[in-house]
Amino acid sequence: MIRLPRSIALLLLALVVLLALFPAYGPLLFPAKHAFLMQKLAGIMILAMLAMSLDLLVGVTGLVSLAHAAFFGLGGYGLALLSPEYEAANLWLVLPAALAGVAAASALVGWLSIRTSGIYFIMVTLAFGQMGFYLFNDSKGAGGSDGMYIMVTPSLEIAGTALLRLGDKMTFYYVVLALFVGVYFGLRMLLASPFGRVVAAIGVNENRVRGLGFDPDRYKLVAFVIGCTVAGLAGFLAAMQYGFVNPSMLSWHHSGEALVMVILGGMGTLFGPALGAFVFELARFGLESMTEHWLAAMGVFVIVVVLALPKGIAGLLLRLARPRDEGDGS
Amino acid sequence: MDLGFFLIQVLNGVQYGLLLFLVASGLTLIFGIMGIINLAHGAFYMLGAYLAYWLTGVTGSLWLAVPLALPIAALIGYVLEAGLVRALYKRDHLDQVLLTYGLILIFNESQRMLWGSDVHGVAIPDALNWSIPLADNLSYPVYRLAISAVCLLVAGAMYLVIQRTRFGMWVRAGAANREMVAALGINVKLLFGAVFAVGTALAALSGAIAAPVSSVGPGMGDTVLIACFVVVVIGGVGSIKGAFLGALLIGLADTFGKVFLPDFASFMVYAVMASVLLWKPRGLFA
Amino acid sequence: MKFEISRRGLLQTGALAAVAGFVPTRFAIGNTAKVKVGLMLPYSGTYAGLGEAIVNGFKQAMAEGGGKLGGREVEYVPLDDESNPGKAPENANKLVSGDKVDFLVGTVHSGVAMGMVKVVGESGTIMVIPNAGANAATGAMCVPNVFRTSFSNWQSTWPMGKVAIDRGMRKVVTITWKYAAGAEMVGSFVESYTKLGGTVIQQIEVPFPNDEFQAYLTQIAAAKPDGVFTFFAGAGALKFVKDYAAAGLNSVQLMGPGFLTDGVLAGQGAAAEGILTTLHYADALDTPANKAFRAGYKAAYNKEADVYAVQGFDAAQVIMKGMAAVKGDASARPDLIAAMEKAEIVSPRGKFTFSKAHNPIQDIYLRQVKGGKEVVLGVAHAALADPAKGCKAV
Repeated sequence: MIRLPRSIALLLLALVVLLALFPAYGPLLFPAKHAFLMQKLAGIMILAMLAMSLDLLVGVTGLVSLAHAAFFGLGGYGLALLSPEYEAANLWLVLPAALAGVAAASALVGWLSIRTSGIYFIMVTLAFGQMGFYLFNDSKGAGGSDGMYIMVTPSLEIAGTALLRLGDKMTFYYVVLALFVGVYFGLRMLLASPFGRVVAAIGVNENRVRGLGFDPDRYKLVAFVIGCTVAGLAGFLAAMQYGFVNPSMLSWHHSGEALVMVILGGMGTLFGPALGAFVFELARFGLESMTEHWLAAMGVFVIVVVLALPKGIAGLLLRLARPRDEGDGS
Repeated sequence: MDLGFFLIQVLNGVQYGLLLFLVASGLTLIFGIMGIINLAHGAFYMLGAYLAYWLTGVTGSLWLAVPLALPIAALIGYVLEAGLVRALYKRDHLDQVLLTYGLILIFNESQRMLWGSDVHGVAIPDALNWSIPLADNLSYPVYRLAISAVCLLVAGAMYLVIQRTRFGMWVRAGAANREMVAALGINVKLLFGAVFAVGTALAALSGAIAAPVSSVGPGMGDTVLIACFVVVVIGGVGSIKGAFLGALLIGLADTFGKVFLPDFASFMVYAVMASVLLWKPRGLFA
Repeated sequence: MKFEISRRGLLQTGALAAVAGFVPTRFAIGNTAKVKVGLMLPYSGTYAGLGEAIVNGFKQAMAEGGGKLGGREVEYVPLDDESNPGKAPENANKLVSGDKVDFLVGTVHSGVAMGMVKVVGESGTIMVIPNAGANAATGAMCVPNVFRTSFSNWQSTWPMGKVAIDRGMRKVVTITWKYAAGAEMVGSFVESYTKLGGTVIQQIEVPFPNDEFQAYLTQIAAAKPDGVFTFFAGAGALKFVKDYAAAGLNSVQLMGPGFLTDGVLAGQGAAAEGILTTLHYADALDTPANKAFRAGYKAAYNKEADVYAVQGFDAAQVIMKGMAAVKGDASARPDLIAAMEKAEIVSPRGKFTFSKAHNPIQDIYLRQVKGGKEVVLGVAHAALADPAKGCKAV
């Protein structure tokens, strides 16, 4: 992955600052709706994490997975199932346990799926994703199709002292923001590492990587597990936000939406899919309140973007930024 | 279960599989020749069902409605190809996926604007509206057998066209190597437009003839879409023969999954697909 | 509000500002402002027709009552819930804390309704459920500010157990979709039926929303039951009934909750002949209230009213009663809830009152399709109250 042109880096920084300051200026701009909008933004950041983690698979490694939402949902169900009914779950235990569960499941699914490629990989992951969906949808213990509640928000304590009050909406907002930024930099660092370079090379030309003496399948599997675990983290946060999990979190429709965010934003750029999540969700939010026929409007929007912006939003930004930064990037 | 009921279940599975084949055939055709993953295929199925519902109301007979629905659907398919899909051939496959995703949204909403949100039924034509007794309390609707007959006819016709005609040769060449078709000096634009139109018409045909035994309502295309993809992928992308056998396999797996493993019935189709692909990573006949 | 932004003080300032945002501005919700009613219903997808009927019924009741709530104008805030439970909390939150609706009306899908209950359980917003029958909404998850003008799943099928016994059905097969609503509807029937000595030979669960029934119909025929109890709704109901008849199973009595035929009877045609259903309403109820309602609906929307329209109609009625009692002051929640709780609703279905957990105590009718029409055979169970299993909060 190439370094970002400075202008884009600055733009992203400005957007993050805007997000960070929202609790300060939100009440002034939207006196009535700001509490809701803050929650909405937190929700979008969670989806942006999902989109970025999917980009690691789709855009970078070339693994178009339709099981991604299943791992998102699994993370959420991890929290729901591990939470005691009437008291707060201990985040130190529950979060690692949930993520370990997601990682184990994704290792199994990945190990089985990666032997296929192309459309066949898409369909195998669809199959595993749907099996996961039905596992929870048909289960009596996990609430079935009506889903499950998490009655008490998990707590984060050291020696009995609460570090963060996660039930508080603003605290939660900043926790999500921090993780959102953290996931972005974490994935960037991963891609800059020797491991990341091999993975990215697989996305471009798998045979050449094999020719160089690497085992692509092993690298793909590790990338798959990392991406899915990040998706699990996003799902964990989503479950925490509203204290509610439902099988539809796992369904292929949800994977499909995440994929739309990735393509819309610009595959393989990490920041693109994050922007894609914002654009997709805000467009839906805006259209929904404007017209009863928002679905059609959304369809037109998606088609116009795909026709007008060949490499998504990130592609457009990079094109705009390139001439000015020529000689600066590597 | 005694042998009689077992055979009836086989019949159920085959009949369902044949219908799946008819829907999936258009998808695999478009996929094989044009390399396009057409998510809107389910929407075309729905289009066919609604056209059948609407035209049956206008003309008073399904016999007239189906032949009228086909050219309309084909025309819509051609226009979509020429107007939208064509612009994306040089792009990444996923851009095409995104485009057809947008089409689903538009089709679903247009359906609601044109025909409303109610669920409709289409009457079975009188000549076919009777049943053959199979057991003392069970009989088999003749209309379902008629659907199977149509599916078999289409399958046979497709086989002949693909094996014996120039068009079929292009189709086979396209499935094997898309770039080569262009190199052969074929009018690719026209070929792709025609293929997309035929694929759309096939989806609409299945929707139209299935309308009397299904409920015509919003979202009916979504369920079919996944089943179609499963069939196409199991059979091997672009292979009509594969789609045919894949459809029968899924039809039977679905039916017997429901009977013998009711608790895992929802898993069955996916489990079959996963096992086939783990065994043969490119489908049965790629 | 004025404040200076310094790097260190930023978080505190943000916190202050956020708190300020939560404090309701009293003057803004005086008696002159409009009452906001959130209509969170399916406007797209499989259940879109039901959502439309509910809105129509709701608006009809409002129009007939003068169009105001406690003397205040009404502003509707519609929101498509897409029948997607995954988005339910977010969507409900959009109306509750975004638009700050005074009343939240919704919805059809049980899973979505449960997500909404979770949100209003925390915010205290008054919610009226115009369809979703999940037992838990007025059972294990009950809260004082949630009302239901439809039914509980338990309620709609409990009386059928006795009907089946009375009609001499000694062994039955049940078939439904494998999801919560189906399990609850069948569970309640099986409970009452087996209590009275009936035998359930087989309980078939069809993966939702699969509607390829041939294999199951063959199984039913092989089991040779006296009757078949089923729950499907919408497109599934239409198709199941048609397939059932086409498979020649008509000789085996088909029964279920009224959703099996309501709204899809025309599409089912002759296939629906003879089906027995129980429900808290019937189109053909011969009462002045029902006739007036149906005539009004037909005049306004040029469509026949259905049970969903009735439930929407009554959702508006109970809100109107509550708001009249507090003279339009929606902020007086305890009084408002008390007034709604005591209300006696003159519904097209007949009069009903609310149980402690705010589910209607209502007559359940026994209906049968005869000559292509739904005929009311009588009351299967008068003034049936849901047992509200697991409800502790009220």
